[in-house]
Order: sequence, then C-alpha cells, then structure tokens
Amino acid sequence: MAGVARILTRKQSLGLGVASFLLPILIWCAVSYLQFVWHPQVMITDAGDVSYFQVDSRTERATFAAEVANMQQAGLAVPQGEPINPVYLPAPHEVATAFVTSFTTPPLQKDAPWLHESLLHSVKLVFWSFFLASLIGVPLGVLCGSSVIVSRLTEPFVEFFRYLPAPAFGALAVAILGIYDAPKVAIIVIGTLFQQILIIANTTRKVDLGLLEAAATLGANRWQRLKNVIIPAILPDVYRDQRILLGWAWTYLIVAELVGASSGITWFITQQARYQNFDQVYAAILMIGLIGLITDVLLAKLGKRLFRWNAGHSK
Amino acid sequence: MKDSIRNALQAAQAAPDMQQRFEQLRQRPSLLEVKGLHKYFQTNNGALLALKDINISVQRRELVCVIGASGCGKSTLSRIIAGLEPYDSGQVLLDGQPVTDVGADRGMVFQGYTLFPWRTVKQNVMFGPQMRGQNTIEAERAALQWLELIGLQKFADHYPHQLSGGMKQRVAIARALVNEPRMLLMDEPFGALDPHTRQKMQQHLLEIWRNIDITIVFVTHDMDEAILLADRIIVLKPHPGQLQEIIDVPLPRPRYPEMLSEPTFRVIKDYLNALIHGDEESHEVDPDLELIPHIPRMTRVDDNVE
Repeated sequence: MAGVARILTRKQSLGLGVASFLLPILIWCAVSYLQFVWHPQVMITDAGDVSYFQVDSRTERATFAAEVANMQQAGLAVPQGEPINPVYLPAPHEVATAFVTSFTTPPLQKDAPWLHESLLHSVKLVFWSFFLASLIGVPLGVLCGSSVIVSRLTEPFVEFFRYLPAPAFGALAVAILGIYDAPKVAIIVIGTLFQQILIIANTTRKVDLGLLEAAATLGANRWQRLKNVIIPAILPDVYRDQRILLGWAWTYLIVAELVGASSGITWFITQQARYQNFDQVYAAILMIGLIGLITDVLLAKLGKRLFRWNAGHSK
Repeated sequence: MKDSIRNALQAAQAAPDMQQRFEQLRQRPSLLEVKGLHKYFQTNNGALLALKDINISVQRRELVCVIGASGCGKSTLSRIIAGLEPYDSGQVLLDGQPVTDVGADRGMVFQGYTLFPWRTVKQNVMFGPQMRGQNTIEAERAALQWLELIGLQKFADHYPHQLSGGMKQRVAIARALVNEPRMLLMDEPFGALDPHTRQKMQQHLLEIWRNIDITIVFVTHDMDEAILLADRIIVLKPHPGQLQEIIDVPLPRPRYPEMLSEPTFRVIKDYLNALIHGDEESHEVDPDLELIPHIPRMTRVDDNVE
C-alpha cells in the first residue's frame, strides 16, 4: 500500500501533468460554450423596435429582458439576441485563432514591429538582463556563502535593498538611462539581482562541512577548496536556483517594458487591449507562459544530463 | 573497580612474550606528542572545558585507539591533531614540529565517508595529489596504484552514490593514503557500517597498516573494535574530557575476529568496561541514563511478553 511518499509511474506522472493543463481549459470551455453558464450579456442580432439597440452590440441581460417585456407590452417588434460573455473573456477557439493570426497579421501602423519581432525583443531583454544579473549575483552569492566577512559586508544592505520594489526605480532609471532598453534592463536586474545574491549565498552555505574538512586534510588551501569543493558541490543547486530566478526575471519583464518607451510583447498587449482585441491579449499572455514553460523544461532536462553524479539525491 | 579484574589484566600483560612486544613498541621513535592540551568550547553558558590536560605520545607505526563514553572529547582530540580544531593551551607536536593548521601530513577518515559526490572513485583519490600540484597524469597513476592496492580498481569510474558504505570507506582510506601522510586519523570510521562489513573493514585496515608505513590514531566507542585493532588503548573520561588510562593490549599479532572469544580478550574487555562504565559498586550513573523514566504498565494484566 501507499507509503508516506506516494510514488507515481512515469505514465501516471505524465497523465497528471497533462490533466493539470486540461482542467483549467475545460473550465474555460464550459464557461465559453455552455450558454447557461454565466453569459451575463446579450449580443443583439435584431434591434426590433428598441430605438437605442444596435445590431452587433452588447447589452446587459437584465436590460435586454426589460426591453423585450416593454416591446411585448407596447405590441412592437421584439429585439432578438443571444447570450454572450463579456468582451474580455473570449472563447478558447477565438484565442487559438488569434494565436495563429497574430503572427500573420501585419501591424496596425506601418513602421510598428510584427508580433514575432516584439516577442523576440522581449525574450532578448529577459535573457540579457538575467545574464547581467547573474554575472554579478552568482559570484557575489558564492563569495557571501563561503566567506563570513564578505557575507557580513554585503548581505545586510542586500537584505534591505531587496525589499525596495523594482518598479519604484522606473522613473529614476529613465532619467538616468534614457527611454529605450537600458532602463528596462536596469529594472529586471534590480528585481532579480538582490534576491539572487541571497538565494545563491544560502545555497552555498548548505555545502556539507565534512567535504570541506576532508578537502582541507587532503592538503587543499582556502582557494582550492572554493574552486574544487564548494563550486562543484553547489552547481546542481545553483542551476536549480537559476531556473527559479529566470522565472522571476520574466515577471519583471512586463513592468520593465512599460517603463520609458513601451516595447516588446508588453507594447503588443497594450496596443491590442486598446482596440479591445482581447483574444490577441490572451494569445500574447499564453505565448509568454509557453516560452517560460518550454525553457524551464529544456533547462531541467539539460540539468539532469549535466549533473549525473547527483542522481543519488535528485528530486 | 574489583581487584580481580585488574589483576587478570596485569597477569595477561605480564606474560613474557607480551612484555617483549611492549618493550619493542617503546623502542620506536615517537611520532606524535600531545602535552598539557586544553580545549574549551564557547557555548551560550560560557566556556566549557572539553579537554583537560591531555598528555599522550604515539610511536611511529603504532596503531592507537582512543575510546571513552560520549562527551569525553575523543573526536575533538582527533580533530585537534588533524588541525581542524584550534586548542587553547598545551602543545601538539608531530615529529617535534608544532601542529598549527591542517596539513596533508595528517590524513583523516571521517565516519560520514565525505567522498566528493561529483568525482568518480578515481577522481576522489586523485584529489590530494592534484591539490599538491601534481599534473593529471601523475595523479591518475598514483590513484590507480592505490585503488589496485585496496582492491577497488574495478570501481575506478563509479560515482560514490553507486557504492556501498564499506566500499565508500575504503575509497576514503585510499584517498587519505595516496598523500602518503605521516599519520592517519580515523574518527569512528566504521561506525555507520553493519556488523559484518565492519568486521571485514577491521581486517582490511589491519592488513593495510601491516604493509604500509603509516601510524594510525583510531577513535571508536566500540570496545571490541578497540581491543582487536590497538597496540595501546587511550581511555578518556568525560566532563571534562581527560585522560583516564592508557592500556597496553596484551594480545598477539596478527589479530583475527575469532580472538573475540578468547579468555584474554574477555579479560581486557572486562577491564575496559569497568573503566568506561564503572562497575556495580560504583553508583555513578551516566546522566543520559538517569533520565530514562520508569514506565507504568499500560497493557492488560495478563498480556505478558516475558
């Protein structure tokens, strides 16, 4: 029978993973396609004799019912219409269509970027910002975790700084770095770096002291222990931390892209929302999710290959 | 202690062949000298005396066991000799030179194996030579040589998580010995192994010690292990950790597990037992044991298991 920790077969595990996506999609389908579920508005197909009704416009269900009653009483033509969800909740097939057509539709303004250009811009922004943050954050984190002096000198300030919300630096970043990509990079870096230093430092501190002592008795000096024991020992965990932190960088992307001249996928989303093309908005949000999920799955696979020795205690 | 227990041990030690053996051991030059060693631990309630006035000397090629009840500081002593732990006063001399830091001249084997999990068995053994500046080819040659010697060449490319506890500890021993240290410190190295593997490892260690120029200080809490391995047993007593007695073990070499049932072995063990746990007359109870309460009967009256 089942122990405390239930063990799933590969098949079961994959099935549950698929179900975790299917369940919300099914709920979405139910809300969209079953007319008795929600559908608080009516799409007018025939205005009848109601003076202010227009074909292909929406009205609240209660208003529609009242007008139907009014017209019946007055003996005039009754308006026709079908229940519909608000404009901000498009049906799955609409979003799916938008997902494809948004790539094939030329931008509204002539010199504006196509969707794939906007997306690529965002992806580049996230990866470069994350790379920059890691360039400082990972070495500094490792140093904090392996030296008490560096730790005491750095961490109190970092601890304070990480509570400052990165978007609060938006105006400042624009004033200093201009309106294009530089302030956006700055915001993602600020949002990621300070968490990164603390997380990597904590991971570094978890290195088994026994390994360091063994290395010392084998003749390794401080520097050799850092290079030959601490760094290889923490690599799998740092890799996992980096995967989580990369997700963090993505969450700062939208805020960052709103700063200064709006750009990338955020520019696309705000543009589409302005024209009430909510199917396009959902499609764009889905794209971000998919890019995130796919990179994470790929990185996880790569990690398993890279750190085979860790098989003993990998989760 | 009962006089009979002490007399029995002294009689065993007085046997002419034993006297001759002890004399031979004493003739050897001394390798390690610990003089007037004091060690304090800083705790929230102030400084705690962990080791008080320890004086010992270990001869070259000797196998010495350190034993004592928990809290006697036996592990701390081995860690101080290794240079992993600072001390407050006294001297630790290796070949007459004061020990100030960890160094490759004192190898150490820990209870927790401490193999580097990202390195294969061979790479683990290569660690010491690499740290001392040997190139990969030299280090690899040395590692393979030691793995062959210790019978693990077949596992050279395995990772530690693929090995059993006994094999891990053999790798750890090879990894320490490849540095050709003056002294091998072993801190309860077989404590986590099952009894059968443990017995094999004890024989293995004796075999290594017989054939390799190495002096061993072996910390254990297992009396059988101490008697089977040691030339001399250093008995420490706790609170604070201090030297209680040093016993010359009156057992001939080579030693075998079958010796456990010999009368002389029994005599030594009775004596050690009396030293460490006190005999019946003494009412000094280990403070840990004092806390074990009397358990009230919670089963039916007729539900007896004994």
